[in-house]
Amino acid sequence: MSGYLKTIALAALVIMSSGADWKQFRGSAANSVAEQTQLPLSWTDSENVAWKVDLPGRGPSSPIVVDGNVIVTASSGQDQERLHVLCFDAATGQKRWERQFWATGRTRTHPSSANAAPTPASDGKNIYAFFSSNDLICLDVDGNLKWFRGLAHDFPKAGNDIGMSSSPTFTADTVIVQVENQGESFVSAINSETGETRWRIQRPKRANWSSPVTITDAADTPIVLLKSDDGLDAHHVVTGEKLWNFEGEAGGIPSIVTAGDRIYLPSEGLTVLQAAGGKQEPEILWSSPRLRPGPASPIIHDNRVFAINRSGVVTCANLEDGEVEWQLRLKGSFWATPILANGYLYCINDAGSAQVVSLGDKGELIGTSEFGETIQSSPAVADNAMFVRSDKSLWKVSSQ
Amino acid sequence: MPTLLRMVSMAIAVALLCNTAIAEPSTSLEEALQTVQQIGPKGQGHQAAIPALQIVSQQKAEDLPNILAGMKGNNVLADNWIRGAVDAIAEKTLQSGASLPLTELEEFLNDTSNSPRSRRLAFEWIIQADPEARNRIVPGLIDDPSLELRREAVSDRLQQAETAHAEDKKDAAIAMYRSSLDAARDVDQIETATEKLRELGESVNLREHFGFITDWYLIAPFDNTDQSGFDKAYPPEKSIELDENYEGKEGTVSWQQHRTDNEYGLVNLNDALGKHKGAIAYAVAYFESESARPIDLRLGCINANKIWLNGQELTANHVYHAGRGIDQYVGTGQLKKGTNVILLKICQNEQTESWAQDWEFQLRVCDGLGTAVLATNRPRE
Repeated sequence: MSGYLKTIALAALVIMSSGADWKQFRGSAANSVAEQTQLPLSWTDSENVAWKVDLPGRGPSSPIVVDGNVIVTASSGQDQERLHVLCFDAATGQKRWERQFWATGRTRTHPSSANAAPTPASDGKNIYAFFSSNDLICLDVDGNLKWFRGLAHDFPKAGNDIGMSSSPTFTADTVIVQVENQGESFVSAINSETGETRWRIQRPKRANWSSPVTITDAADTPIVLLKSDDGLDAHHVVTGEKLWNFEGEAGGIPSIVTAGDRIYLPSEGLTVLQAAGGKQEPEILWSSPRLRPGPASPIIHDNRVFAINRSGVVTCANLEDGEVEWQLRLKGSFWATPILANGYLYCINDAGSAQVVSLGDKGELIGTSEFGETIQSSPAVADNAMFVRSDKSLWKVSSQ
Repeated sequence: MPTLLRMVSMAIAVALLCNTAIAEPSTSLEEALQTVQQIGPKGQGHQAAIPALQIVSQQKAEDLPNILAGMKGNNVLADNWIRGAVDAIAEKTLQSGASLPLTELEEFLNDTSNSPRSRRLAFEWIIQADPEARNRIVPGLIDDPSLELRREAVSDRLQQAETAHAEDKKDAAIAMYRSSLDAARDVDQIETATEKLRELGESVNLREHFGFITDWYLIAPFDNTDQSGFDKAYPPEKSIELDENYEGKEGTVSWQQHRTDNEYGLVNLNDALGKHKGAIAYAVAYFESESARPIDLRLGCINANKIWLNGQELTANHVYHAGRGIDQYVGTGQLKKGTNVILLKICQNEQTESWAQDWEFQLRVCDGLGTAVLATNRPRE
């Protein structure tokens, strides 16, 4: 093969590998959508489950997938003071490595949650694992520790004994974490190479479990969107400068989702904002009280928005004006944000019952598969496989 | 440039590079560990520590005891950095089929002058490499200064007691449950031993075991409308005069004695003082100590709170309705010989949700390991 063709092939391989990754909470694009993916519509212990492994600790954190590795966090010990970061081979389920650390911040949580609640993030090279105790750990994909920060060790009043679950995000060589609570409440932007703080801003002293989302505006400015229960703030990723603020009641659990220059904010039900760029406050396009997501974050796809409330009612609405197209009641109560793959919505309730909904003109429940354990975390999807974790187990669901 | 001059320039450049390479000292493991130990809060020391950690992580398994010795126990951040290196070295060694220096690691574990966490880490890798070693090592850890190690021994002894109990060996079971209770410092193990002893007809005084304070003087309500009273110093914060009356939120207030007979020392202020919202209660206890010594005051409280010992504020937590648990907030202070004054400020807010109505606290006095420190003037039960 000529050198030129080799370069093209290598580039294609990198693109394919990167596209197959699921690098943070709700996927690399933070939108819960797995493009060009074929997943089974049903599974049992003996069919369409490629492997299942035991986990050494608890956690509602979601797995992520980086370059053929499934990374998941867990917490253990009498007071959940032991932090675990684990790496499994995505193909075989074999554990490649495990690293453990001692928590340096507050470890208490509600009994239904755990210290390993935030989902890790990755830039493809390193893994940034974050915990409710506000410990932030950077490891490379081979498990070598790069740096460790104890953000609650730095600020001992930072913590929430109900638990904290905001997941980190990564952009522009910066890891951004929301540490919002009644004590010392802040957002930190951390240099991904050194673990040093780029900037830190004070935030409202109230509990907040939603996760930051990064976008770039028309001028390619990297922006981080920070939601709290009284609205949305946009900050420059590199400097921390506040660019604009949108005020509006917005629950403390579900996270925003973005598509292009539109921001879907769980506020007054669901409020759709159009970012104007620069420091201009966004414009409200529409608002719908009928689209009120529960703990699960909304999903945008194919000109429609999907929201599932805690009671299991899935509402599908038109993206242009919020007009409700259909509703479907599923069984059980839901914490986990669903994933959308190949025209199907995979909704897993707290009891571990995975209900697959086909997304035609009307939503239709086409199958239910049982994991048999409590599931609070959202799945990760990569290479035609869905990775799901409970407190005790990690599964790979795939027909290949 | 003429060819000869170019060649000479290159030769000089190469020589300089070689000399530079030769002259630069290689960093020893000891130096690398010292650099990592300089890690501080807020990212201090990271720039130097990152390459130093790489040096530590590239050491051989035989260096593990020296690396573990770098975990001094006085820098939890540095201990975690070093742990990352230890786990990487040990895991890769075992994955390659090679051996860990188990004899040296066990010597390290047995030396209690090493930090608790470094010894715990040595233990974890010993039993990972040699699971049978656990049976030999764990019985000797029952009174270990490392609570993580002690927990293993207490767990084993509870299981042995369970076996004796199942075999109807009552006296042996009681002895083992009792020694488990004496050694345990984790709440779940204390509760398991207590439950089993009581099933066998034995009495257990949990209030004394934990060191909960049961006798208080209480006064309320002072104003906490809009959570504004947290930093307001009401009269009890200035002086404690048990015979005095004060202007409270809803009229005159005075101190009243209160004793809790709750097993975990829980004082229910709604029951004791009436249900008040947007209100503050103070609780004071007089603790007679035989000697001057350091102690922890460990508070479980669902409301915002402050703790003072002999007039010195030990901790303040402006947090409402985020759960309550034993040892939730810890203040470290110094008892003096004789009479000590413990003052608490317990703040209720104005939330209306059903889960936001509790107004209560529990406080215990113990040492750093969680062993109860008992007042000589405590009520005898």
